[in-house]
Order: sequence, then C-alpha cells, then structure tokens
Amino acid sequence: MQSTTLTGPLLTFRHGIHPEEYKELSSHRPIERMPFVEEYILPLSQHIGAPARPVVREGQRVRRGELIAEPAGFVSVGLHAPVDGTVTAIGLFGHPNGQMSPAIRIKADRFSSQRLTLAPPIPPEQISAADFIAAVQRAGLVGLGGAAFPAHVKFSIPEGRHIRCLMVNGCECEPFLTCDHRLMLEYADELMDGVGILQHFIRAEKIYIGIEANKPDAIAVLREKAGGGALPIEVVPLQVKYPQGAEKMMITAILGEEVPGGKLPLDVGVLVSNVGTTVALSQYFRQGLPLIERVLTVTGPAVRRPANVLVPLGAPMRAVTDFCGGISDEAARILLGGPMMGVVQKSLDVPVVKGISGILALTDAEVRDFSTYNCIRCGRCLEACPLFLNPARLGLLARKGLWEEMEAYNVLDCFECGSCSFVCPSGIPLVQSFRVGKAMIREQKARERQG
Amino acid sequence: MLNEIAIGVGILAGLGLLFAAVIAIAYRRFRVEEDPRIDQVEEMLPHANCGACGLPGCRAFAEKVVAHDIQPSKCTVSSAEAVQRIAAFLGVDAGSEEKRVARLLCAGGRREAHNLADYKGAMSTCRGEAAVAGGSKACSWGCLGLGDCEVACDFGAIFMNDDGLPQVIADKCTACGDCVAACPKGLFELMPVSRKLIVQCKSLLEGAEAESRCSVACTACGRCVADAAPGLIEIRDNLAVIDYRLNHLAGAEATFRCPTRAIVWVEWEQFAKPAAPTLPLGRVERYGEEYYQ
Repeated sequence: MQSTTLTGPLLTFRHGIHPEEYKELSSHRPIERMPFVEEYILPLSQHIGAPARPVVREGQRVRRGELIAEPAGFVSVGLHAPVDGTVTAIGLFGHPNGQMSPAIRIKADRFSSQRLTLAPPIPPEQISAADFIAAVQRAGLVGLGGAAFPAHVKFSIPEGRHIRCLMVNGCECEPFLTCDHRLMLEYADELMDGVGILQHFIRAEKIYIGIEANKPDAIAVLREKAGGGALPIEVVPLQVKYPQGAEKMMITAILGEEVPGGKLPLDVGVLVSNVGTTVALSQYFRQGLPLIERVLTVTGPAVRRPANVLVPLGAPMRAVTDFCGGISDEAARILLGGPMMGVVQKSLDVPVVKGISGILALTDAEVRDFSTYNCIRCGRCLEACPLFLNPARLGLLARKGLWEEMEAYNVLDCFECGSCSFVCPSGIPLVQSFRVGKAMIREQKARERQG
Repeated sequence: MLNEIAIGVGILAGLGLLFAAVIAIAYRRFRVEEDPRIDQVEEMLPHANCGACGLPGCRAFAEKVVAHDIQPSKCTVSSAEAVQRIAAFLGVDAGSEEKRVARLLCAGGRREAHNLADYKGAMSTCRGEAAVAGGSKACSWGCLGLGDCEVACDFGAIFMNDDGLPQVIADKCTACGDCVAACPKGLFELMPVSRKLIVQCKSLLEGAEAESRCSVACTACGRCVADAAPGLIEIRDNLAVIDYRLNHLAGAEATFRCPTRAIVWVEWEQFAKPAAPTLPLGRVERYGEEYYQ
C-alpha cells in the first residue's frame, strides 16, 4: 500500500503555467441530476470524424437510449436519444463551435417516466476484442476530456502493437472545472470497473491513474479502491500545473518519456483514457446506458449557484444555466469548457454536446483586456510552452502570414493549450493566430490535393 | 621587381584565358535555345505574377503563349489593347475571354445582419474572428467585414464600403482568385460578367430563421422561381440556386418580387445604388397579391 501523503517532489513535465484555480467554487458540490426539459437538439457532429447518419424520421417516436443516428464510417460514432419523445425536426441548428450544423431535434414526452428500458449488452468478459470495439462505437463513446475523439478508435490497437501502460486521466488541470473530480469521488466503483473492462482487452503491464495533487480526497478514495484489487493499479499524484491533463504531458510526467511530434501515445505503447470516458464505458457495459448524458461543471463568478450537473446531451445551455440559478448581469463572457481552452459563446441557445466539460461565466474581473503591444522578446512564452515550441517566433510569422514557415516551426504540433497567451505580458493573441495558421496550412494542403 | 609583376600578371591572364575558354565551351555545349519572342511577350504582360491565368507567373504565361498553348486573352489582367498587341505580334488569334469578376455572395452588412456579440479580439482579421466561435454574426455564413479580402487584393479592386461589406471595383478586378482564398467563409465566387442574376446569400436556414438573423437573407419563398424562366432557378437547401447553364434566359423580373432583395440583377458592380425596380407594364402589386389590369 502506498502512502497517501502528498508532500515531497511530485511528478510533472517541464514548462507549463500556474493559473489561479477557482475550483473551490464547485468542487464541494455533489453531482446533481438536471430535470428533463422540453426540447433536445442533438448535432450529428459531436465528435472528431464523419458526422453520424440519422436513422430516424421526423415524427418518429423514440425511446430514451435508442439509436437515432448511426456511425458513418470507422472514425465516427453513433448517437442516442437522451429522452423518450418524438423527433420533431432534422435540420440545421446552432452548434457550440459557432456554426449551424445538421442536428436532430427531439421533443420530450412529458408523461414518460424516462426509465431506461433497453436490455444491457453482453458482459464484456464474454465478447471478442472486435465485438468490444464495435460495441464502444455503437455506444457513441468519445473522449470526454474535451477533444471528443471516438473512443473505439483509440481502443483499437493495431496488430502487433502492444500497450504496456494504461493511463486514466484524472488531472483536470483546467481552472474552474471540477466534473472529473466529482466523478472520481462519486463514481469510483464505476471508474474502477471501467478500468477493469479496458484492462481485460488491453492487457497492459501497468495501470496508472494520474491525479493532480489538489484533489487529495480523490487520490485517497481511488487508492483505497485500487488497493488489494487484482489489477496492477497505481494512483499517481501529479504536480498542480497546467496543462498537466494533456495526454502527452501526463505521459511525460509519469513515464519520463516524450511522445514525438506528430505521433500518438500508441506509438510509445501508452493508452490514455479520461475519467469520464472510463466511467461511461462501465455504464454502457454494465447498465446498458449509452452516452446520452454527461457531467458538466457550471461555474464562474457570474453563475448564481455553481454546481456539477448531470445533463442529458442535447439540452439547451440556457436550461442548464437556469437550473444553476441563472447567469448574473455581471457576466462579461461565457465559455464552454475551461477558461484556457474553452470556446467562447455568442449565444446560450446551443445544446450540450459530448465534448463540453463545463459552462463558465466570467465577469470583467477575470477577463483580460484586449490591448496588444509589441513583442518585447522576454521569452516567457518559450518557458511556458509544454511542447517546447517557439510561440514568439510563430506569432511573428503568423502576423506576416508566412504559413509555410509556421509549419516548418511545427505549429501543427501545437494543441492550443493557451499557456503562451496566458503569460504574454504584451497580450499578443498567440493561440488565436496559431489557429488561423493551422487552418491556412490545412486549406493549402487541401487545395494541393485537389490539384 | 618587374619580373615578379610580369609573373603575377601572366598567371592571372592565363587563368582568365583558361576560364574564358571553359565558359565558351560550356556556352556552346549547354546553350538552351530560347525563342526571343518570349522575352518580348513577357515585356508586354503586366508583370503582376498574380496567377489568374492558372500559371506560375507572367514568364510561364509568355512561354505558353509563344508555344500557342494558350490564348493571349487568358491574361485577364492585361487590357484589351495589350492582348491585341500580343496577338498581333505573334500573329495568333487573341481569343475571346469573357471578363470575370469576383462576386460576394452576401449582402448582410452592418445595417442588415444582426450581431450576437461584439468581437473585440486583438487579431483584427476575418480569419482571426472566424477562429473564435465562427465570428460574432448571428448568421454563420455571413461576411465578417474585417477586410481580409481587401488586404489580399493586389490590384486595389476591393474596398470596404460604409455598410462594412467588401465592394469589388469591377474594372480593376482581374479575377485572380486571391480574395476567394482569403475569405474564411468562402463567400467570393469568380463569375463572368454575363451572369447578372445573382443570389447574394449563402444561408441555408429556413425562411423565418434566416430572416430573423439578416434582413437580406434568402428566405426560400420561391417567388423568384415562379417569376423566372422555367428551370432557371430552383430552391435547394432553403436557398435559391441559379442554373447558369440557362443564363441566357435570365432577366431582372426574377428579382422584382423578392421580399428581402436577396436576389439581385447586377449590371456591372454589386452594391451599386439600385435603380427603382420597374414593374412590367400593367402589373400592380398590392399587399403581396397580384392583379393584372
């Protein structure tokens, strides 16, 4: 049994930043289930990859948990009805990414008990690896940490590759967010079961659960659950530092190895799964619950009653914030996700999608003003970048529109954690310009492919 | 003393002669025969290296023209006289290339389109704004109005008008396509000037939804379809789409009853002050109903 003290040097990666945490706003609040609302909008594209293909018609009645859109290809996942109700429209609706995108609208049945009536699938111990992958895809599982990458693609280990190390990501390094923290405390058994299911197919030599040291209660709970079990689990407290929860950073922290640029954790024999994804995996295989709901942290100084809420997917953001007492008039900016990587919103009339881990309402006090000054070559961004890129140089190239040169400076490795923008004393919009640069490079490549 | 100077001069002179011989031999052996007309044609081209002809620069174009692989008129940047000069010089047919102009398929400027938020970012470009939740406009297809196209245009053919929309000066536009690539919303399209009937909207939302975001959105009401020649316009995905293969049938009558003026008849330039629509004789509109007297 390991000691539970968190003193002494903790594992971490080099560089990174220490933003203020603000987690105390919601970290003590148990997960609440949000009541069902009238209408749900389910965008067909809630994951990376091809949008799902609808299998329902307008006017069709659907049961809670029923498949309403099937995966359109391997890198795509299914979508399920979050409520008993009627499909009222299949058309264009607002998406948190700011675009209008095809979605299915479901009107909830007001008199339904919303009991999940589907039979649970076959226990994972009795199915083959291929069936397991197909089941995960059918369940609509994606990485719930934010990227929404289809989980079954991640879990598909190519022939001849071996995963020596399975990691469960409970870092939750974004300030404000506490949903993974609450999940680890309240869904510890499901989490451990999900780890067991994954381990059954992956057969890693070692399992690490990485948790930032600011969550000692979660570390203690999971150590207790892991101790004495049959699995080779180690709960690793990690230094509180942003972006510790980025999977490449966590691998570097725990194993001391770097994942090379352009490569995946798979290439160094590691599989990283988020806490939420692992819990959802267990819920699907044991209870037959596909991914139709997720835990969101609704927080920020402009939220009247910060909370961790279990929300059916597709619920309008406005309903979620109203459930949390509404947003006060001081709100200056609303983000979906954390303050570092979250997407700024222009309207609350967008639905909750799989990849959104929180709703954040900030006041003027937390929002930095937009004045920008020239780069003074202080080099703080170089000290902050966890990937050891050169943000100052990249920012300069972006300003001049030298996209090809940005590619030569490995801008495509940047995962937009925002550390460089955070530390820049001149307020240069670095990450934003990198996003533009990446879009330009991608467009250029697409044009070249077309000829 | 003199002797040493003589040796030095001798060595250098010898080396010079030797290298001269090498160069002379190399010149004869590796000489590339090049048509002198290429240089002359290149002189006559505008030196813009804009790529509008689809070739990498004016030199490449000159080579192709001299080789009769391409007609001089494919250089849309050259004036008609310059094209004729080149054609006369080479004794070839100038060819006829219809002038094309970049058209903006959005008319939702400051006065027409609603904003849901203010974009205050330090990166004051359309690309930058589009990277932040798709921009502040309520319509996710609409022009962001920060003028990336104005910057991209090498010919000064685009300026941002008082409505916050890029206006293309048709005389200056060479249809090089730089604005097409610059626009993050893909709103520019290069169109022959003979295409005068244009739907200035890309919103795929249905009627009321689209109009609630922008007063000049196409609401897919279908009036233009009814008024135009059969088959010319169809409603596809909540948007009027013109089949330009039937362009010869197009007429301004398709625009008369458009309730939002999303479909327009462009004589020469977009966003020019519209002339009062002239209804066909004997036809009066009243409360949306039609009477033929």
